[in-house]
Amino acid sequence: MDKIQIIAIVAVLFFLGLIARFIIKGKLRTEYSIIWILMGVMFLVFSVWRKSLDLLANFFGVYYAPSLIFIFFFFMIFIFLIHLSVVNSKQHEQIKKLAQEIALLKGEKGNPEEKAI
Amino acid sequence: MKLKELKANYLSNPINLGIGGTVQLGFIYAAKNNFDVAIQMDGDGQHPPSELHKLMEPLLNNKADVIIGSRFIDKEGFQSSVLRRFGIDYFSKLNKYLTGVSIKDSTSGYRAYNKSAIKELIKYYPDEYPEPEAIIYLTNKKLTIMEVPVIMNERVAGVSSIRRFTSIYYMVKVSLNTLFLHLKMKTNG
Repeated sequence: MDKIQIIAIVAVLFFLGLIARFIIKGKLRTEYSIIWILMGVMFLVFSVWRKSLDLLANFFGVYYAPSLIFIFFFFMIFIFLIHLSVVNSKQHEQIKKLAQEIALLKGEKGNPEEKAI
Repeated sequence: MKLKELKANYLSNPINLGIGGTVQLGFIYAAKNNFDVAIQMDGDGQHPPSELHKLMEPLLNNKADVIIGSRFIDKEGFQSSVLRRFGIDYFSKLNKYLTGVSIKDSTSGYRAYNKSAIKELIKYYPDEYPEPEAIIYLTNKKLTIMEVPVIMNERVAGVSSIRRFTSIYYMVKVSLNTLFLHLKMKTNG
């Protein structure tokens, strides 16, 4: 096994461990962790079984195998970022609704001097 | 402080929701209390309450579901700056192109709504720079909009929610919003 392989495997295992730790501690929801686990596992496969990347590159007709990694992970991250923007927009709406409800409830309880309604 | 001295009913958001979310809160309040009419008026002195009857009259006579107070029909009172007028005109033209409805003062926030308009506004109201987009929304909801001449003043306090009217961001954002809202409503009804 090459030196770089060992480094890659250790790095990926560390990365997967970090993700697992975040999930266990409740800092990361499982639905947002799936993509990271998948990416970690892919990296692990590539680093343990080095030939797999060449085989895959051959299959897709990619001349320079490492570029496959770049395009693949670039694409994955791109999709995930769009997903996060969608989640963000949804939360924006939810927070707005909550704030409006709170304002209404505060108003119903009455402003300090007078009943509101 | 002044609000409390006036002993008026008021609502305040726990967090800043911007102009759109706050105005919509007013509509939600109106709907919850079964109000017949909701009035939207700037509190910075631009919209004199003495002009309100000009909006109320056509609304109460069922001339339209939404009445918009306009500076540009009789061209009286404060007319805003050239650049702002250019922007207002642009959105007015965009609205006319998309819906066929021509509202000259597309960014005017001096408006009166009846019950059917309130019912739609609690479902959707744009967050930022809501005025031109709201026209598209209400028109697509088959509500009728009427523009009446009112005299407005220059604001005496505060700043416009459209602080950089000339900024590309404002134009692009409202244009995009308007286009997408129109497409969405054309496809979903």
